[in-house]
Amino acid sequence: MSSEYDTTETLDVKGQSCPMPVVKTKQSIDDLEAGEILEVVATDSGSMSDIQGWATGTDGVELLDQVEGDGIYTHYVKSTE
Amino acid sequence: MSTDNPSASVDGEIDADELLALRERVDELEASVAEMDDDSGKKMTIIATQGTFDMAYPPLILASTAAAFDWDVVVFHTFWGLDILHEENSKNLKLSAVGNPNMPMPNAVAALPGMDAMATKMMRKRIDDNDTATVEELIDLSIQQGVDLQACQMTIELMGYDEDEFYDGVTTGVGAATAIQHMAESDVQLLV
Repeated sequence: MSSEYDTTETLDVKGQSCPMPVVKTKQSIDDLEAGEILEVVATDSGSMSDIQGWATGTDGVELLDQVEGDGIYTHYVKSTE
Repeated sequence: MSTDNPSASVDGEIDADELLALRERVDELEASVAEMDDDSGKKMTIIATQGTFDMAYPPLILASTAAAFDWDVVVFHTFWGLDILHEENSKNLKLSAVGNPNMPMPNAVAALPGMDAMATKMMRKRIDDNDTATVEELIDLSIQQGVDLQACQMTIELMGYDEDEFYDGVTTGVGAATAIQHMAESDVQLLV
């Protein structure tokens, strides 16, 4: 599946449930430079709300998009610092 | 009734010393406001008192998630909550079949020997099937992320535990006053 974003890295958290998608996203984004984009692929439906809430409440990250389809929830998170 | 302020200057002018003192006061206040604004990171303190299998999860899930928000997180474990941090006991936490109205059996049956073990086994299987993290994984993750997992010194001694029986990275030698101090500084305080 191609995306409109130029992603630097992909984090696969398929099969994992709360709190893993958020916690691992945080750990992965910390390794990226400002401007780089992380793609997070999850199967946890709660990740739609959780990643959004986390991105809103956390400095240095920006949620670009969330895509849902075929039981897969894909999130695009940009590091801003 | 007069509302005159007796300390107001009679001619309505402020002398140079007074003005200087006021300017200094404004600078001080501005500096302290800037300091408060700068301290944007939130802080959370959780007091974990329960040591059953099901009650080990909420404090660890909330702590690791709050750490992902860059919050400064302290979890103070006391009484049965200490077993969550005890390396050996944490792997053998039990679920109580008694006193939980959601259990698919009456209390009289749940109280029979072996029922707690059965309920625990069922819960462990569900957690495994659902790929939910284990207690040990959540502890590792929390410590990796800088959560301060604290073990109450009084309870360690009460239970006859040794400090090296706890996971690496667990803080020992702390008591209620430390917990109170963290709670006072926290934006979120929870008793679990």
